[in-house]
Amino acid sequence: MHALWWLAAVAVAAICGIVSAAGIEDGEKRSGFDFMTPETQALQADDMSNPGMLWVLQGEQLWQQAQGRADVACSGCHDDARQTMRGVAARYPAFDAATGRPIDLAGRINSCRAERQQAEPLAPESDALLALTAYVTHQSRGMPITPATDARLARFRDNGRGLFQSRIGQLELSCASCHDDNWGKRLGGSVIPQAHPSGYPLYRLEWQTVGSLQRRLRNCMIGVRAEPFAFGAPELVDLELHLTEQARGLLVETPAVRP
Amino acid sequence: MARALVNVPKVAQQGEVVEIKAMIAHPMETGYRIGPNGSNIPRDIIRRFACTYNGEAVFSADLFPAVSANPFIAFSLVATTSGTIDFTWTDDAGKTQTASATITVN
Amino acid sequence: MHEDPLRIYAGLVGRRQFLRAGMTALLAISLPRWAVARPSLEEAIRTFTGGANVLDGRVRLDLPPLVENGNAVGIAVVAESPMTEDDHVRRIAVFNEKNPEANVAVFHLGPRSGRAMVSTRIRLATSQVVVAVAEMSDGSFWSSRASAIVTLAACIEDLS
Repeated sequence: MHALWWLAAVAVAAICGIVSAAGIEDGEKRSGFDFMTPETQALQADDMSNPGMLWVLQGEQLWQQAQGRADVACSGCHDDARQTMRGVAARYPAFDAATGRPIDLAGRINSCRAERQQAEPLAPESDALLALTAYVTHQSRGMPITPATDARLARFRDNGRGLFQSRIGQLELSCASCHDDNWGKRLGGSVIPQAHPSGYPLYRLEWQTVGSLQRRLRNCMIGVRAEPFAFGAPELVDLELHLTEQARGLLVETPAVRP
Repeated sequence: MARALVNVPKVAQQGEVVEIKAMIAHPMETGYRIGPNGSNIPRDIIRRFACTYNGEAVFSADLFPAVSANPFIAFSLVATTSGTIDFTWTDDAGKTQTASATITVN
Repeated sequence: MHEDPLRIYAGLVGRRQFLRAGMTALLAISLPRWAVARPSLEEAIRTFTGGANVLDGRVRLDLPPLVENGNAVGIAVVAESPMTEDDHVRRIAVFNEKNPEANVAVFHLGPRSGRAMVSTRIRLATSQVVVAVAEMSDGSFWSSRASAIVTLAACIEDLS
């Protein structure tokens, strides 16, 4: 079975022989939601059947729980997330003055844990970290993605764009080869969507669980037979920055469902 | 901390048939998957789901590994009297998780 | 002149029978345990009904004909029944044709259900037939079958 996908991927590599150009025009921007079957769309649309809501619920519980040596909960400082976190995730990744680098929302949650709660960081892709990230991002659901315009982010975003357009791995594909140049076409049985991170953390049927944008990026890198960046690597955050800029104006869907 | 979502209408007319939805976070590990170390990932599933209405058994289900991760079940009930609807999920090890909701019947 | 040992053996049990036995043994070794162990769809249904006759009708199984990912396929089963004390659906069982196990779920209903209707999400390992069987309070069994084509995700993640 793997061999089949390998062949399919090689075929796509051959089709995508031309280097990608400028990305996707604003008028053509479409969420991955639009590329799904009506059944999968319905799964996302009903909060009572969307399995991602289980993580949002867990996040809501964790938000109230005192943590760390400081024995303080997220709500201890930030109060009611439904008010204080509204719109916050739509602006992330943001510039982090302490490190002089961009930080994504999961990174911010962990730095908040370290500094304010004096607690151990939550592991990447742990249910607790995904739950808190999903809960905070869920507060922005329905709001347009409006990346921070901080000038200090520019060079990191440029780096992210460079990474997005660089051919990598044994298949010598860039992210753009599929998602900018060939969206709407098929890879095997699946439609290739545009690469918009509008619903993360999201419930992927393939994963049978909720996962982060970084997990998805690492998946794609494994897919083109490249060595994936480690969770939390600066390159992944730079890619996230570029992707949110590309998705500017699309609505936050968290928790989205994808096949 | 049970991670379960149940949907029961808050208010119903007596005799009305209401739709109930119940979903719980669980991997429903089939026992047929191979882990990264090459050995089988052991089976771990929710085996039974049961629903009681004011303590009386009204619906249940036996689940097998072919039920998706984070199992979702929707069914219907006749709203008889105001009270509590309880949900219990039991896994392979016999461990149970519960959730409940109240309904007001006019 | 010495006898071919295969021929001696074959002479005892018949060559074709011998070959067939050998092939079956080889097949049994090379396949995972479940692939030889699982009962067929019809056998699984027979176990559920206790051998009773299963009639077509009174049950509707909704299954999407084309499935994007087999890990979560929404299904709904509705049976025609007044759902009274005297006349109701006792159980609704769902079976599959090609998963490692034939059983999917068995739902226990009764007059308190009001309507004979359940929905859930199931795993389909590959394109196959799914059958829903309803057991009525009079002991009769009714069924409905549907099939789905399951496409595989293009970008699957290594388990690492």
